[in-house]
Amino acid sequence: MRDTIRFLKAGEIIELQNVGPTETLLDYLRLTRRETGTKEGCGEGDCGACTVAIGRMINGKLVYQPVNSCILLLGMIDGAELVTVEDLAQDDRLHPVQTAMVELHGSQCGFCTPGFIMTLFTLYHATDVEKSRKTVTEWLAGNLCRCTGYRPIVDAALEACFRATDDAFSWRANETKERLQFLADSRDIFIGDDTGFFSAPSTLDGLAALYGQHQDATLIAGGTDVGLWITKHLRELPKMIWLGRIEGLDRVEESASGVLIGATATYAATENAVTQISPDLGELWKRIGSKQVRASGTVGGNIANGSPIGDTPPALIALGATLELQSSEGSRALPLEEFYLEYGRQDRKPGEFVTGLFVPRLSSNQAFRCYKISKRFDQDISSVMGAFRFTIEDGVIVASRIAYGGMAGTPMRAAGAEKSLAGATLDNPSSWGAAMQALLSDFDPLTDMRASSDYRMETARALLAKSLMEISGTAPEDIRVLARREADNDRAA
Amino acid sequence: MTAPLDREQVTPPLKHIRKPLPHDSAIKHVSGTATYIDDIVEPVGTLHVVPGWARHAVRGRLLSVELNEVRATPGVVAVLTSGDVPGTNDCSSAFGDDPVLAEEEILFFGQVVFAVVAETREIARKAALKAKIEVAPITPILTPEDADHADTTVLPDYQFRRGSPETGLQASENVLSGSMFIGGQEHFYLEGQVAMAIPQEDGGMFVHSSTQHPTEIQHTVAKVLGVPDAAITAEIRRMGGGFGGKESQANQWAALAALAARKTGRTCKMRLDRDDDMIMTGKRHDFKVNWQVGHDASGRIRATDLEFLARCGYSADLSLGVNDRTMFHADSSYFYPDTLIRSRRLRTDTCSNTAFRGFGGPQGMLAAERMIDAIAIHLGKDPLEIRKLNFYDGDRNVTPYGMPVEEYEVMHDLMSGLEVGSDYWVRREEVTAFNAASAVLKKGIALTPVKFGISFTLKHLNQAGALVHLYTDGSIHLNHGGTEMGQGLYQKVAQVVAEEFGVTMDKVIITATNTSKVPNTGPTAASSGTDLNAMAAKIAAQEIKTRLVTFLCEQHQCGEEAIHFGDNKVLIGDKSFSLSEIAKQAHVGRIQMSHAGFYATPGITWDRDSVSGRPFYYFAFGGACAEVTIDTMTGEMTVDRIDILHDVGHSLNPAIDIGQIEGGFVQGMGWLTTEELVWDEEGRLRTHAPSTYKIPTASDLPADFNVQLYESAGNPEDTVYRSKAVGEPPVMLANSVFCAITDAVASLIPGEVPNLNAPATPEAIMKAVQDMRRRKVPS
Repeated sequence: MRDTIRFLKAGEIIELQNVGPTETLLDYLRLTRRETGTKEGCGEGDCGACTVAIGRMINGKLVYQPVNSCILLLGMIDGAELVTVEDLAQDDRLHPVQTAMVELHGSQCGFCTPGFIMTLFTLYHATDVEKSRKTVTEWLAGNLCRCTGYRPIVDAALEACFRATDDAFSWRANETKERLQFLADSRDIFIGDDTGFFSAPSTLDGLAALYGQHQDATLIAGGTDVGLWITKHLRELPKMIWLGRIEGLDRVEESASGVLIGATATYAATENAVTQISPDLGELWKRIGSKQVRASGTVGGNIANGSPIGDTPPALIALGATLELQSSEGSRALPLEEFYLEYGRQDRKPGEFVTGLFVPRLSSNQAFRCYKISKRFDQDISSVMGAFRFTIEDGVIVASRIAYGGMAGTPMRAAGAEKSLAGATLDNPSSWGAAMQALLSDFDPLTDMRASSDYRMETARALLAKSLMEISGTAPEDIRVLARREADNDRAA
Repeated sequence: MTAPLDREQVTPPLKHIRKPLPHDSAIKHVSGTATYIDDIVEPVGTLHVVPGWARHAVRGRLLSVELNEVRATPGVVAVLTSGDVPGTNDCSSAFGDDPVLAEEEILFFGQVVFAVVAETREIARKAALKAKIEVAPITPILTPEDADHADTTVLPDYQFRRGSPETGLQASENVLSGSMFIGGQEHFYLEGQVAMAIPQEDGGMFVHSSTQHPTEIQHTVAKVLGVPDAAITAEIRRMGGGFGGKESQANQWAALAALAARKTGRTCKMRLDRDDDMIMTGKRHDFKVNWQVGHDASGRIRATDLEFLARCGYSADLSLGVNDRTMFHADSSYFYPDTLIRSRRLRTDTCSNTAFRGFGGPQGMLAAERMIDAIAIHLGKDPLEIRKLNFYDGDRNVTPYGMPVEEYEVMHDLMSGLEVGSDYWVRREEVTAFNAASAVLKKGIALTPVKFGISFTLKHLNQAGALVHLYTDGSIHLNHGGTEMGQGLYQKVAQVVAEEFGVTMDKVIITATNTSKVPNTGPTAASSGTDLNAMAAKIAAQEIKTRLVTFLCEQHQCGEEAIHFGDNKVLIGDKSFSLSEIAKQAHVGRIQMSHAGFYATPGITWDRDSVSGRPFYYFAFGGACAEVTIDTMTGEMTVDRIDILHDVGHSLNPAIDIGQIEGGFVQGMGWLTTEELVWDEEGRLRTHAPSTYKIPTASDLPADFNVQLYESAGNPEDTVYRSKAVGEPPVMLANSVFCAITDAVASLIPGEVPNLNAPATPEAIMKAVQDMRRRKVPS
């Protein structure tokens, strides 16, 4: 048992004894350390002004990822290297990404700039990235700038981020790795007492025991949802159990039948595996939150919290994913759609927690499409999310799984449309009509700030039609605006 | 009006002017060492102030405000209500209708009722939730249409009339009419509203405020505390973005911080949470516009009748100037022979709408572009043809408010340069061919103009002061009334002062804007920051230089022509001295090396009451060509290519100017596409965080984004080094995106004008598409 958290900053190991259960990393930096380079822009992980870099050993490599420090708990950086904007310049010599931002006029008011610098720092250290505008804009989706219009920042990224690394962090990488390995112990962390604590068990059994004892505790994986309970809902959460140290819970296992995603595997860690299932799923993954959100946020956490802002569940439901849960009483599995009982309520018993999700691969006679419709392409929440898996034999749809987000209080299958589509043929669009009609009675969507009920219904129907047009090849031309945009970006790069 | 061009001013040798120097704080920005108000080291014992409000009320009488539980919270030092205001409970700019703390009534969703002062911000935020506020609700008036029907206004109606639009419309070969909704816009400055008040002796207060208008902060705090203006000092080194949102909207938070500091005797800081900020502060005005245009067979406009119904919110704030500017720009760049431009400033039970980059101009221009598009679609002609046909020219160059467009040739030249540079006609054919072959995706293209009037239309604001000191080591202290919000004003003014003294940039020390150094300033707004403050600083520097020259002529018994300033030196005949040596000599010679420069824009004669005179010193011009693709199944849209040509006169700093153009364009694009403010039926704002309110991200910008400065012969007016203002005009370059979307929707049915409203979200585009499809009645 350890009653401290430990991390590396600017080459020094820092050990903290007083870590509150809801203390954010940003507050620690600004209020305790008085390092004010890192800014608070929104306090909900959407603007990126508070971005810092977190270095961890991933598959034997030192990887820097951008995270939103406003909604990351201080305790969650245990075992990591923390890099903030203050750490980049060496002996008054700017870091290459800083130099490029100055020379290419990448700052105006400057308030978002430290966050951009830190995201660019992580891109600078990223390996296996292609030098392109698309890479850069994907990387920068979680950093909002209201002054520049982004062009000079994108230019600075292209200028500085795709060279061989040559900074203090690359020079001392071996030393950093050693120190991180030193920090990587397997002790449980528990700071506080029975009335209030920050804890991080290192085994599933330890979690089951602790959670069994404190069923009123809050489980936190990536914190991209729970963080807002703290910064925005101002909830009192005296007992915090962080899942990030549980050995093996972040597993991503690919097999011939599918992909097993451990509960604490982040979106970032699963991106490659899900892209193998379907390119559409890969595209969807890239539009979940931002780099920062995907580096912290977990697929399991999004499901377990039943977050209404889940863009992945419809796709996972259409693919036939199953959820695995465990408690001190034992474990069970259920189809993902059955987990969602109603708005804000899931089939999770006291003391029970999600351990993983299994996503089956498509068989050779299955086709899958998914579409996310939102006001903005990047880092937005869908107004309508449609996902479609059709099993096709000789041009006839013999089975379909159709799931939507934004159409009801939970992600939901379109039972009527699925049924009506059985026997429809791909080469005869008029045979799809019954399913299009059935959608009208499958759902009664709400009007809210993202879209009206009418638009949601019309779009849900349009997406079903679009998926069938694409799969059947009845659309002679490309019918997605995003695909066109990517092509434009490639040409310009 | 037009002053002759001074060759000295526009041609080299210039050391700093026209150089693409980085922002003065660029290195600090990237290092995290640029200090914003929340970064200032707090005095020991600093307290934190958080606003409290009735979280469900929209409009109604306050029945009870129960704060005992708030007060009893450990760590809470004080709770302020309207009864705690020693002076006047008002933080408005002019009209006296913005209570700092609500008295008897809740006027909009988010109105501040009380303020919690506590040891930490977290304690204050949590304590504020414990208040119990009862309100007797009344049905709120929310939309401009409802307010129009109810006839509730914050300010009287106003209009421009020329000739007889009634007769003109009757005499027209064809008359088109329509209505459109134009949404508002949240500023989304990355640094939210923040102020810190430090008590001084004798009831005085030093206030750090993230404001575009320090003088108004000073006056507001003095008024609220009931002390003389001279007892209050306001200071701001830099804002993390302003965009108009900190012109009047910073007042309330500075006033509350000062009130708390007065009450507790301790330093008090108030930094709004983002959601509170978005709920409580005003935004760009949204409008309903009713338009009528009469034209001839060629598409030339004969007469127009435009009615602008503005949602001003619960108070007047800056709505007078904003709506006037809408009217001033309702012509875009087009000549209306007979015209009526009417404006209603409607009172709604919503947050009080305020300044936002463009200050009403963008909405006026967008309505004009809609009329042009309608004429073109109706006649089956290209909208660019109709635009050109209606541009101001040599014969038809007087605006509806009587000011001539003297530089119409610049406008023509710029627009034809863009027409060629963007390859408009070839691409028009490509767009047409694409649409013929594509059933689901449709493309649109549009090339639209910008003509923006430069000057505050409230005449007295067109003045500025600067304070320059030369110290005996040759370093120069620079201060002026303009504020830095990212636009590079400090750098541009420093370049002008360095040029004047012939010193390197490092000799000019930029200092924070402070009401005790330069008093009685106007807001940094209306794109005028550089025009005004650089001129005042130049005058101050010139005066000090003149004194030195006079002194040196005496000392060295030479004429003025023998003395030259440059390279941190002063040459006197064949002798060379460092500037510091000269400064020391002048000091010993008892020469004053400090001067307060003052500048007032010449030639402005606007008289609002008689609707006559000249409101603007000059116009800034620009043009943009946008190409977009829409998905007619979902309403999704991508911007595929942008070409911009923009007129900044002779640029003081091309890097900064291009930054303003690109940033302004993207901000305007956000306003017209992804940024949607949604109020629910009860009148509560539902989009009060970046999770629900979507400003553009990096990927929304097309890869093909071409921005160029127009090759200008210089501002014909005698502005600082013949430059032109650049802050606001580029926002309206984004009208091209909206018109391109309109063009794409219009491709569905020839001859039908799309009912596209702004912002063109996927849903708004789909609505327009479906509306078009409904019109396709069987013949």
